[in-house]
Amino acid sequence: MGMSFSTADGPQTHERGLLEGLHLDLPLLLGLLFVCGMGIIVLYSASGGDNALLLKQCIRIGIAFSVMVVVAQIPPHALLRWAPWFFLCGIVLLLTVLWLGHTGKGAQRWLDLGFVRFQPSEMMKIVVPMMTAWYLSRAPLPPRFAQLLIASLIILVPVLLIARQPDLGTSLLVACAGGFVLFLSGMSWRLILALGAVLSALAPVIWYRMLDYQKQRVLTFLNPESDPLGSGYHIIQSKIALGSGGLYGKGWMNGTQAQLEFLPERSTDFIFAVLGEEFGLNGILILLAAYLFIVMRGMYLATRAQTTFSRLLAGSLTLTFFVYVFVNTGMVSGLLPVVGVPLPLVSYGGTSIVTLMAGFGILMSIHTHRKLLHA
Amino acid sequence: MSKQGIFPGWRSARTPLEYAGRRRFVLLGLLSVVFALSWRAVELHVIDGEFYRSEGDARQIRALTIPSHRGVISDRNGEPLAISTPVKSVWINPQVSGMDPVGLDQVAQLLDLRLEPLRSMLQKRAQKSFVYLKRQVSPELAEQVAQIGVTGLGLSREYRRFYPSGEVSAHLIGFTDIDHRGQEGLERAYDHQLRGEDGSARVVRDGARRVIAHMGHDRAPRDGGNLTLSIDRRLQYLAYRELKSAVIEHQARSGSAVLMDAHTGEVLAMVNQPAYNPNSRKNLKGNRYRNRAVTDVFEPGSTVKPFVIASGLESGQYYPHSKIDTTPGQWQVGGGTIRDHRDYGVMDLGLILSKSSNIGAAKIASSMAPETLWAAFAGLGFGVPTNSGYPGESAGVLPDFSNWQPLDHATLGFGYGLSTTALQLAQAYSVLAADGYRHLPSVVRVDQPVEGQQVFSAATVLEVTTMLEGVVSEEGTGRLAQIPGYRVAGKTGTVRKAELGGYSDDRYVALFAGYAPASAPRLVLVVVVDEPSADVYYGGQVAAPVFARIMGGALRLLDISPDALSLRDIS
Repeated sequence: MGMSFSTADGPQTHERGLLEGLHLDLPLLLGLLFVCGMGIIVLYSASGGDNALLLKQCIRIGIAFSVMVVVAQIPPHALLRWAPWFFLCGIVLLLTVLWLGHTGKGAQRWLDLGFVRFQPSEMMKIVVPMMTAWYLSRAPLPPRFAQLLIASLIILVPVLLIARQPDLGTSLLVACAGGFVLFLSGMSWRLILALGAVLSALAPVIWYRMLDYQKQRVLTFLNPESDPLGSGYHIIQSKIALGSGGLYGKGWMNGTQAQLEFLPERSTDFIFAVLGEEFGLNGILILLAAYLFIVMRGMYLATRAQTTFSRLLAGSLTLTFFVYVFVNTGMVSGLLPVVGVPLPLVSYGGTSIVTLMAGFGILMSIHTHRKLLHA
Repeated sequence: MSKQGIFPGWRSARTPLEYAGRRRFVLLGLLSVVFALSWRAVELHVIDGEFYRSEGDARQIRALTIPSHRGVISDRNGEPLAISTPVKSVWINPQVSGMDPVGLDQVAQLLDLRLEPLRSMLQKRAQKSFVYLKRQVSPELAEQVAQIGVTGLGLSREYRRFYPSGEVSAHLIGFTDIDHRGQEGLERAYDHQLRGEDGSARVVRDGARRVIAHMGHDRAPRDGGNLTLSIDRRLQYLAYRELKSAVIEHQARSGSAVLMDAHTGEVLAMVNQPAYNPNSRKNLKGNRYRNRAVTDVFEPGSTVKPFVIASGLESGQYYPHSKIDTTPGQWQVGGGTIRDHRDYGVMDLGLILSKSSNIGAAKIASSMAPETLWAAFAGLGFGVPTNSGYPGESAGVLPDFSNWQPLDHATLGFGYGLSTTALQLAQAYSVLAADGYRHLPSVVRVDQPVEGQQVFSAATVLEVTTMLEGVVSEEGTGRLAQIPGYRVAGKTGTVRKAELGGYSDDRYVALFAGYAPASAPRLVLVVVVDEPSADVYYGGQVAAPVFARIMGGALRLLDISPDALSLRDIS
């Protein structure tokens, strides 16, 4: 992580290279490419050498990087101007999904636009922190209590709508993204503690409102061996996959748990276990280090941001990315309950990688446009 | 870091913020989370790695059973009576199969299963990883089912027991259960010999229980040994056909026939009615399973009279021409009355047999010491199992002589007060057919000459045989047992069945026991027809014709020279 600071601190000369012209940040780009490359290698093994699947994922990564490049061209002040409209659109889409959304996996999340299927909740991962940052940046920081209340409302409405779909995982991530903005804006510790107290008081209510399968996941997390063939199966198999990998792993394409299909969801949510089984502790530590590098670079970019809006948004997006990593790896290694959160940039799957890269596009835009302004 | 730095929000005054504290907090948070994840990884991979590796192996490496081949049961000429053919069993892993509606429907149709019970079964066992859908289907059908491509569906190799002779040998052979364990009959009696030992191999299996790789045999399967019976399949068919038609013709409740080789004790045919199809045992009542020839007992009645005569001759008290007065056709003894059909007057021993006089036989029996008579009966094998090894074999009853009352003593002379199985009766007659030597019955082929145990002298047996030929003469009760070209010795029996409080007036067992050719006996045959209910019930009318047909056919099939060819027959 020290590397991330040194690369950024070093060259302050403003030679306008190709990357600068494209508004891209080289260290961040390298970090992302590294993780995606590792992801493709692991995915090839996890899918059992399925070339068609791999091609699809490569196309998806290509699209995601393109989206990132496009987003990076949008200057932060444009985002600032459009934030309320994005937010409004998002709310309308969420309501639409609730009313006439298609049913997928027992939850209504998708909106079929004819040419593309689209998950509005996914877009809210960026729009909610953007809107919160927009609102809080209108007045000097730290925010007043009343401001915080309204900001909380801005976060809570979409979060509840998403939770209604029901998509607990995404709603919690959106709440996190908004919460990080509040936290970074300098919200007082007293309020944070008070909020924590209120949330823990509300825990039984939340538990009561949760659906059966959600309760089951929490119970399984607390004691996976209680139901080894049922809901505990995922965790036990993934712990075995990880643990049996040892220091150096069983070798690429040689993980028995993964290749023999004991490990469920091995190319999506549990791909981290495939990495652990085939590349061992080394592979895991390398990937974690790469993620940490990306997050550190992101935080660095945030601290260098020029406006309050940019700083809050950049920080929130980076921290949310980190939460992704933590929730998925924590789940796979049995530290957290099973929540359907993919491993960012590595898991096979569509929308989330595009959203993530759009977020990194915003980060790069914030950084590179600042430089341009100075120049 | 200052207190203000960490907790900037605690300041009430809204001065410009110093964010360094919050930044450090975030940094610290990030690092500690990454540390926690890394430590967890170290814990799983290094500290508990060994445990997880063994757990992984335990899930992937399984012992696989390799079915062994159960031995073939064949007749004395090597014709198969019970064989194991390779078949497939169809199983499914409900954990991965799901509820594929189209595929399941096709599978159910092919396997002739009803869809609804199948679905509810899969739902109920959704947590199981192995459930049989149908066992022992033909390999072709199993292949078709596999082609449908339902996930989690698999085939395993098994053997299915098949009985080529069907109901003809059903009682004799018995059957196995679906797991190839002998349940009845010889399949059970010789299970230890027929049963193989399943082998095991270690294989790598995937999550859907498919075998991915073989890691070699732990133990090779040991196939079961074969069993060669004394049965001759041709004679078995013959006996079955004749018995069945007689049982149908006389509307009898049941029937048995036992054909034995007189000199070795080998059972050549053993058949019963009613029978069952051992290849499809659906909707089967238990009473059809019984091999009545060894499990069911009856009072032998007049068929024991030759033995009474023989022991009378052996005792020296009687000679073939000794006269017995049976007038006036009934005899009071010990509070009971013994009757003949009519008043036969004074008779010699031969006539007593050919007319089947109860009084004559009772008087001879009564005149002998109880222990002498008892010893003769016991020596013939009555009252003890035959050692055929057949499961569920009855011993019959021969009461000990110390308890005999005068009436018991007298009625034993014409076969009441003791009971026997058809096999025991055949064994007893084989003594008369084998120069007085008794050979233990065997359902397994006997290749070495067997040494018999002498019960009667050869001279006695010769005299009794001559008398028994008289029974099968035009004047005797066994006239219908005659076989053209052969001299036949035999005895009829018509036994009232014992009921509560006495003997029945209308329920009989019709018997015929005998051997041929009388000049040099080779075959012994006992025919039992239980409760013939179509007008005729005498052993001489019901059982004797069956005897003639089976014995006649057997003599010809075995190419045994005729011994009663008259000059007219030759020309």
